[in-house]
This record gives sequence, C-alpha cells and structure tokens, in this order.
Amino acid sequence: MIIRGTRLTIEKRLVPSSSAYLVIPFISIFMALLVGSIFLYFSGHEPVAVYYKMFKGAFGSRYGITETIVKAIPLTLVGLGVALAFRMQLWNIGGEGQLYMGAFAATWVALTFPEGSVWWVMPAMIALGMLAGGLWALLTAIPKAIWGVNEIITTLMLNYVAILWVDYLVYGPWKDPAGFNFPLTAVFSDAATLPGLFDSRVHAGLFFGIVAAIILYLVVYHTRWGYEIRVTGENPGAARYAGMNTTRNIMLVMLFSGALCGLAGMSEVSGIGHRLQHGLSPGYGYTAIIVAWLSRLNPFAVILVAILFGGLQVGGFIVQTSGIPSSMVYMLQGLLLFFVLGGELLTGYRLNRVPATGEATK
Amino acid sequence: MNTDIAIAILATAITAGTPIMYAALGEILAERAGILNLGVEGMMLVGAVSGFILALHTSNPWAGLLLAMLAGGFMALIHAFLTITLKANQVVSGLALTLFGTGLAGYIGKSYVGIRLPESFRAVPVPVLSDIPIIGPVLFNHDPLVYISYFIVPALWFLVFRTRAGLNLRAVGENPAAADSVGINVFRTRYIYVIAGGMLAGIGGAYLSLHYVPVWVENMTAGRGWIAVALVIFATWNPANAIWGAYLFGGLDALGLRLQTLNVTVSPYFLKMLPYIFTVLVLILVTRRNMLSRRGSPKALGLPYDREER
Repeated sequence: MIIRGTRLTIEKRLVPSSSAYLVIPFISIFMALLVGSIFLYFSGHEPVAVYYKMFKGAFGSRYGITETIVKAIPLTLVGLGVALAFRMQLWNIGGEGQLYMGAFAATWVALTFPEGSVWWVMPAMIALGMLAGGLWALLTAIPKAIWGVNEIITTLMLNYVAILWVDYLVYGPWKDPAGFNFPLTAVFSDAATLPGLFDSRVHAGLFFGIVAAIILYLVVYHTRWGYEIRVTGENPGAARYAGMNTTRNIMLVMLFSGALCGLAGMSEVSGIGHRLQHGLSPGYGYTAIIVAWLSRLNPFAVILVAILFGGLQVGGFIVQTSGIPSSMVYMLQGLLLFFVLGGELLTGYRLNRVPATGEATK
Repeated sequence: MNTDIAIAILATAITAGTPIMYAALGEILAERAGILNLGVEGMMLVGAVSGFILALHTSNPWAGLLLAMLAGGFMALIHAFLTITLKANQVVSGLALTLFGTGLAGYIGKSYVGIRLPESFRAVPVPVLSDIPIIGPVLFNHDPLVYISYFIVPALWFLVFRTRAGLNLRAVGENPAAADSVGINVFRTRYIYVIAGGMLAGIGGAYLSLHYVPVWVENMTAGRGWIAVALVIFATWNPANAIWGAYLFGGLDALGLRLQTLNVTVSPYFLKMLPYIFTVLVLILVTRRNMLSRRGSPKALGLPYDREER
C-alpha cells in the first residue's frame, strides 16, 4: 500500500491491543451506518433522517424501549446458545431451527393440556422446549463428533426442515378452527402463558436470558468443563493430548446450545404470541450469530449487544412506514459484521507508516 | 406415457440442478485455493436480483447474466479482502457475506418482486441431437446456460488437473508456504479463484431469476447456495464430479414438484423438506466415505496464509 510517499506496513502485536477491543465495535457501527447510508441515499431516502427515526423509534419512548427488550430476549437466548458452541469452534448456524423446534414442543404441551391452571404446565413447556431444541442440535452433533460431518451445513439444512415442520402444523393439523383460516394455533391457556412485565409486551422470558447468561458465565469461566470447552476451542490438539473427551464435549455443547435456542422459541410462543404461528421468528437465529461474534462470546456482552440489535430490529420496523424494506436491517447487520471482522486485524496487528525508500521488500 | 413422465423428470432434473452446479463449481475453485466461502447463498441472491433488474430494463437476458457475474465477483471480492488480506475468520466472513447478500438483494429487489421477465432465457433445441430418442429431449432441449455448463465442467476439470495454472492452484490450497517458496503468488492466486467462484455463483443465481422461475422473489435461492457448499464435499473438490451431485439434487427437486402435481397424499411441506434432509444424509455418507478412503479437503482450507508464520 503506498499512500503519498509513505508505505503502510502491517506489524504483528505481541499482545492484542485492549483499547482496540472497546473502540472497534463503535467504529464498526459507524462504518456500517455510513455504507448503509449510501444505499439509502441512492434509493431516494435521507440517511440521517432515517437513522434518527430508527433510533428514536427504538430508544426514544417507553413503548420503543419495551419493544426493543421484547426483541432482545430471543436474541439473548439464541446468542448465548450459539456463543457457547462457537467457543468450541462448533459453528451452530441452526439457532433458527432449534428455536422453531422449542416453540413446537412447548406448543404441544400447551395444546395437549388446555384446561389451564395446572402448576406444572409451564415447567413442562420450558423443559420440553429446551429438550426439543437440544435434540434438534444433537442430530447434527452426533455425526460431527463421530465422523467430523460439517455442522455448518447440517445445522443450516435442519433450519429449513424445522420451519417447514411448524408450517405443516399451523397450516394443517394444529390450525385454530376459530382462526379465520390464518396459519396459527388456538390461544394458550393462562397457565401456559408467561406473565407480562412493566405493563408492556415484555415478559418473564427476560429472566431466562439474564439467568442463562449468569449460569453460562460461571460454567464457561469457573468450571473444569468450561475450561475444557475453551481449550478445545483454542487448541483441539492440546485438548486431545490432555485426555479431554472431545467427542462427548461436542455432543454436550451442541445439546446445551440447542436447548438455549429452544428456550427462546418456548418464550416466544408463551410470552409473545400466546400461540404457535407461521413466521414465528424474523431470523433471530441468524442475527444472533452476529450478536455472539460482536460480543466476543462473552455472556454478559451478549445481553448488551442483543439490546442493540433488538433496537435495530424495532427501528427497522418503524421506518418501514417510510417505504424502507425490512431487508435493510439485515444488510446493515451484514455490513456491521464485515467491519467488525476487518477491525479485528487492528487488535492483533499494528499499522505502521514508513517512508517509501524503494528498497522495501514486497 | 411412463417414459414421457420419466423424460420430463430427467429434463427438469437438469434444469433444477444447473444453478446448484454453477455455484458448486465456483465454490470448488475457491476451496481448491484454500478459501472457504460460505457466502454462496448471498452471492447467488445478489446475482439473481441484479441480473433480473438489468434483464428487465434492457430486455436482454445476456446483459443480465453479465451483470450477475460481475455482482457475484464483487461480493466475492469483499470476502477475499477480509480473509486473504486481513486474515479474518473465513467461516464468519462467509456467513456475513450471506447475511449481507440476503439483505442487499431484498433491499434493491423490493420494487421488482413478482414482475415476470418478458425476455428470459428460452429452451433452444440443438439441431439433430435433440431428435435422438430419450437422450435428445433430456439433454439437448434446454436453454443456453445448460449447454454452457456442459462445456464449463470439462473445462474446469482440465484447468484444475491438467494445466500448470491448476497445479499452482492446488499447491496454494494444499501447502501455501511451499507454493510461495517456489514463486507462486499465493495472495494473487487466492484472489483470482475466490472472485471467479463468486462469478460462477452469480451465474447460478441468475439462472434462477432469468430462466428457472423467471421472476424475482425474495430469498428465491431457498438454501441452494448451502446445498452447493455441501455438493463440493460430495464432489471431493473435483469439478467433474459436481455434475452428478447437482443432477441428483435437481432430480429430487423435480420429483418433489412432480409428486405435488400428481395429488399424492403426502403433505407438500414434507415434500419440500426432501432436498434438505437428503443433503444432510448424503453429507454424512460422503464424509464417512471420504474419511475411509482418505480423500479430504485441501489441507490449507480455512487457514489464512501469513508469510511471517511459515
């Protein structure tokens, strides 16, 4: 790279820059918004006004803030789930499908025991929702652990299967007879409904996210098993040499990862929809991948980043009324991830300027 | 009567398999150079939408195809810059490319959803050859992009396995440090094949919007980009093998469509699941087979190359 007589060289840092860790996310957000504004401008919108409207819509009112939290709940749970798997270099891209399977199992409990006010309905929904999500992930973990079958492709393929399965149910056997032919099930009983909070759509699923983050933090950083996960992720060879059971850990990690995604699905049907319906998730499983990466797999950071992305989702919804397609939000998310990835270079490397004196090696 | 149905299914298998084949061929090139690009789905979608828009405005599908190639190539360039120059994590960069491509395609295609293309690629029967019974209607009564793929597959096989450039390509994917030490430009080679791979993915996407459907619908690739990534493993990184895999998946698509029109009692939702379940099962079988016969991915696949660390 030659910039006006000086040459930029990239030099490896011995210790990753800690200030860069904090600065990069903010620069990345700024850059993603900047590039996004080019697209907005050329499709006839005023970028600054659009961003202001998004921000105000997501964080500028009581309603906006509570809606942002509503979106942040599933993003936190799925984000924690995939972050756990990513720690071990297991690329669980199947959060979306695991969420749907969790929603499916929880709905099964709610519809099978509709009489209500039975105390065990809610715990059963939580348990089965988590189990279904976990088993859905385990389906890909077993071939991964035994034969090394690429989990990226298998988890992703199962997303389509899970979504089609839920569609089959809500368009077919589980369709509410009183639902005017809409693809949704009957409304859950009160016993199967998570209580609301703050007089808004925010529901008790919020505590699932917070509790899960605390448990995950303790497990990953303060237990022997968490240590094994971290070592396996950073150096699989060393893990094997130290006698860690990688095969078992792959299965366990994917099981728990899927269980958290399943819990997200359970809390969506029980806390938000109060029924299972077509198009249950606007791609939470995919957005959560970015949430996990942006938070550097730190459980508490996942909550903060999930709130940010929840806000982005709400803001994107608000500006749809001005004719901006909802896909803009996904475009911005992709851009953000590009800049975060590019920015990571700065944590491990340093840019140096040296005068170009010809003799430089190529 | 029965042979007619069989011929129709086989012919549809080829059209349904062609977009997956283009995308898989592109991914084979990138992975042979050692770069895993999981952005295939995103590159296909951007190719599909940009090709569609230009073809609609110019009434010329070839112009659309050209733009789709450039758009796919440009998308791949982003991945190349991040993973080759900046040495970013290839899995995450590829996922970012798919998310970005899905969003971008949805954004720019919003006002074009559902418009039917007046001038799409049409079937052109090959004189003489299309008159051969069975083989003729199955293989030689297609659109030009299918015929082009008949030439591209052997050409890419020849390039990869029988030319100096192909040897260099494989060396870069297997052992970049060794390739570098004999004077092969690792970075340039990787850039070239990742971008070429993106162009092929762009063609694959454009095939859907310029012939197969031919309408722009959001997320119209429906996972074909991911199936293409799986197909690369099935093909053991050999362009010649991609053809069988692609037509196999195409055949499954065709069979599912055919069963739906035949009013079978199976729910269409289950029929739609078939290609995805099949991909998972095939991937498991193929991974086992590759493991037993010691046929693996290019050794340096997924690893950034750093001259200071060799």
